[in-house]
Amino acid sequence: MKAIVNVYLKQGVLDPQGKAAHHALESLGFHGIEDVRIGKQIVIKLDSMSKEEAITKVKEMSETLLANTVIEDYDIEIVQ
Amino acid sequence: MSAIENIESVLKSHKLSPAEYEHIKEILHREPNIVEIGIFSAMWSEHCSYKSSKKYLNGFPTKAPWVIQGPGENAGVIDVGDGVAAVFKMESHNHPSYIEPFQGAATGVGGILRDVFTMGARPVANLNSLRFGSIKGSDNINKYQRHLVRGVVEGIGSYGNCMGVPTVGGEVSFDDSYNGNILVNAFALGLVKHEDIFLGVAKGIGNPVIYVGSKTGRDGLGGAVMSSDSFTEESKSLRPTVQVGDPFTEKLLLEACLELFATDHVVGIQDMGAAGLTSSSFEMAGKTGAGMIMNLDKVPAREEGMSPYDFMLSESQERMLICAKQGSEQAIIDIFEKWGLDAAVIGEVTDTGRMELFWYGEKCADMPIAPVSEEAPILDRPTLRPSYLDAVNAKNISDYPVVTNQEAFEKLLSSLEVVDKAWIYEQYDSMVQTNTIKRPGSLDASVIRIKQNDKAIAMSADCNPRYCYIDPFKGAALAVIESGRNVAMSGARPLAITDCLNFGNPENPEVMWQFAQACEGIKEACATLNTPVVSGNVSLYNETNGVSVFPTPAIAMVGLNDDCNKVLQSSFQKEGNTLLMVGQTKGEFGGSLYIKELFGETTGKIGEIDYTTELRLWDFVINANKKGLLESAKDLGMGGVAIALAKMSAISGLGVEANIKLNNTNEIFDESQSRAVFEVAPEHVNDVVKMASDLGLHIDAIGSIKGDNFTLNDVSMTVKQLQSIYFDTFKKTIEQDL
Amino acid sequence: MKVAVLRFPGTNCEFDTEYAFKKLGHDVAIVWHNDNALPDGIDLVVVPGGFSYGDYLRSGSIARFAPVMKSVSQYASKGGKVLGICNGFQILTEAGLLPGALKRNTNLHFISKYQHLKVVNNNNAFLNQYQAGDMLYVPIAHADGNYYIDDAGLEELKINGQILLQYVDSDGNVDSINGSVEAIAGICNKEKNVFGLMPHPERAIEDILGSKDGIKMLQGFIS
Repeated sequence: MKAIVNVYLKQGVLDPQGKAAHHALESLGFHGIEDVRIGKQIVIKLDSMSKEEAITKVKEMSETLLANTVIEDYDIEIVQ
Repeated sequence: MSAIENIESVLKSHKLSPAEYEHIKEILHREPNIVEIGIFSAMWSEHCSYKSSKKYLNGFPTKAPWVIQGPGENAGVIDVGDGVAAVFKMESHNHPSYIEPFQGAATGVGGILRDVFTMGARPVANLNSLRFGSIKGSDNINKYQRHLVRGVVEGIGSYGNCMGVPTVGGEVSFDDSYNGNILVNAFALGLVKHEDIFLGVAKGIGNPVIYVGSKTGRDGLGGAVMSSDSFTEESKSLRPTVQVGDPFTEKLLLEACLELFATDHVVGIQDMGAAGLTSSSFEMAGKTGAGMIMNLDKVPAREEGMSPYDFMLSESQERMLICAKQGSEQAIIDIFEKWGLDAAVIGEVTDTGRMELFWYGEKCADMPIAPVSEEAPILDRPTLRPSYLDAVNAKNISDYPVVTNQEAFEKLLSSLEVVDKAWIYEQYDSMVQTNTIKRPGSLDASVIRIKQNDKAIAMSADCNPRYCYIDPFKGAALAVIESGRNVAMSGARPLAITDCLNFGNPENPEVMWQFAQACEGIKEACATLNTPVVSGNVSLYNETNGVSVFPTPAIAMVGLNDDCNKVLQSSFQKEGNTLLMVGQTKGEFGGSLYIKELFGETTGKIGEIDYTTELRLWDFVINANKKGLLESAKDLGMGGVAIALAKMSAISGLGVEANIKLNNTNEIFDESQSRAVFEVAPEHVNDVVKMASDLGLHIDAIGSIKGDNFTLNDVSMTVKQLQSIYFDTFKKTIEQDL
Repeated sequence: MKVAVLRFPGTNCEFDTEYAFKKLGHDVAIVWHNDNALPDGIDLVVVPGGFSYGDYLRSGSIARFAPVMKSVSQYASKGGKVLGICNGFQILTEAGLLPGALKRNTNLHFISKYQHLKVVNNNNAFLNQYQAGDMLYVPIAHADGNYYIDDAGLEELKINGQILLQYVDSDGNVDSINGSVEAIAGICNKEKNVFGLMPHPERAIEDILGSKDGIKMLQGFIS
């Protein structure tokens, strides 16, 4: 099974890369963009286990290492 | 070992000619298999064999009492006093950088750093020499060129910064001739004790051959073959063959290698660069006449399903091949494991003179080493004096309309070749290792302290492609001279060069003529100035859709200053000091910035080169500086004395009042050689004038450092305005589409 | 003074730091990341600059889990002095020994240059040889130096006098060159024994290299 962790800067924390991409998209003629946030996706291959167990485990990984919760939020998706 | 079907198409895809195939069969006494074809193709590629260029590279002056190692090793080595040696080389990564600028440039830096630390040296300085197409304007070409500049700079920074090696300087210029082929030349210099220098040799029957570093993937398969070809519209599809760099792994490899070198386990070591395991193994055994067995199934692999062919030709980065002493295998593996790197015994040295490759016990290639590395075809390509030269040489400055000096000054000062490049060099850590005395942006040479002996190394990378376009011989000689003059201006004695010869398609006789002429120019200059060539690299096929780049023989000069506390700066130090100009202004505008910026052309002739005066100028500045008579010094080059003084003024924020007597008013922009300006304290003026006159140099007091205005003859500007043009223009240009 | 300088895979300022402290007359021990203990009798731990673990994932995020960092935390909790420079500052924030976090510079580029700084608080071991308001000139070299802390945290830093240094222009006006909140270049913890800054004082100890303003910072720890 696979866990997908998306890590991104918290709302309210300025995202300089997102801001730059937003600006670049507009200068390329793409309009109607409200906001751009850039994050990273971490894909973890796991041994088979229950979905609950996987979520608990990956949550711990995220809190410990994958995200810096001072500035970042994350969400977890489990794919069979 | 089975013979190959469809041999024609296999030869074509490996860029081997039918004649070369016949030669291969003679060498092997049979038909080659696919692994062997791949090996021949890599070893005989332009990139590895120098087949077009070898004829002209022979005869480069390579010896001097201070030269410890000339060309032929991973890098050249010179003595810098007290048992310390400087190891340095410059190398191109042009083709990969055009296709993927960030990774191309990054792996270029990674490669040159490996060349240096493979020799046992800790890298202490990087330089780079970059050429791009036109980055002004809003055409797609201009936009793409800006994208390339941003990517290349970021790539260089990411690798050098992570390695902890300061990028202390460099040069960059822009011309339409690079629109289809940018040039990315990276230079690295390291320091090592004489007795700790390692060479890329394999010897001692039974000694183990050990692979260390990153695992091997399919990166850059056929990279050496790619850079031996011109670009076409299809080139962008080559993207998968661009290697991805991992500076963190290379940093670990550096530390592990230096730790290993402090032991007594290593016989020889070679970096796996272009053509990876193939060229490293053949070169190591080829140098000693030994043979080698390698078990390719033992090579650490990153991907599944890789074949012997893939292992031999992969250009995965951050790998080394070591020939070790018998019995030291485990000790070596332990060191690399400590640093989290792979290390595997993959073979041993034999006395057969043959390279025998095995795949799970089965022989998959068996070739005599010497003929593969030595019998690469040396070509005598036809040369032809280019047809453009007559028309270009026939024009001179009087053929152009008169422009006021003020207008010309404003145009030249805002030229991208002139303005400050902080946008670039501030992305490079230039101060790590705490030795950087003369930083990027300080003009002329870059200087670092040698902590081991309190001397200083000065270095400068230079080439004026416009000079080389109108006269490849003199242009190349002037690249040597200018780099030497820059080094001398910091108070250091120029000692030796490394070169990176970037040219177009060698199959074009006019390009081959340019190449041949440039080589002769370098030979003349290096011999006369006693600055031998200790390492270098040739990059051909810098051509797109039939358009070749300007001939660009980039030269990096390295020199030594006996006292790190006596490094001369290149910008004004103090108001009230006198400005002296040494050398004669002869009205030379051939290939000048003046003609290019004002009239958009590269025309004219190069005047006679006066080596005697040049050497006297070097002696003068070195000796006057030793006596403490000089406050700052700057060579006069592109844009002439007007631009030199303007740069010094902008950087220091100090004004100038200067008046120079000239035959023609526009000669404040003339580019006559062997000239420099010196800042001298009033009490030393007489001594300095006497010293220069005694050496037979022409010297004039031209003004002083004074006030808030820049005033030179009929040109005038506030220092504030000067600074705003000098410091703001590049950023505005490069960031215009962000 | 005896100084322990940590070395992680990818650290690249450990020898510069060693050179600087030795030149100022101190003893230096370089300590490997896998060591489980710090040397005995040390007066200061320095987490030097560089790219520990390649700065992959986030700058400093992996180094904080190195075995030696446990000893550093214990050392700090007993009042031992710890100084994080550049990547070291990032590691100390990731480890929770200093508040806040360091994000990518607003211009998205690595920034390497000499930079003017202003001393904000000198009531601490690091800057006691300077006066508040003093201007310093020290190299910076970082891509992730954009200091972030939330409003409540910032208020606390101010109340406790934890803001050490600010980026300023040549006239002394606050100038957040990398996007840092309040142009913060360096902070300490509430107990004032753990210090972190992005600039490199160890690069500013000799005139030929451009500045000696780092000497008083490093020497501050003597008392």
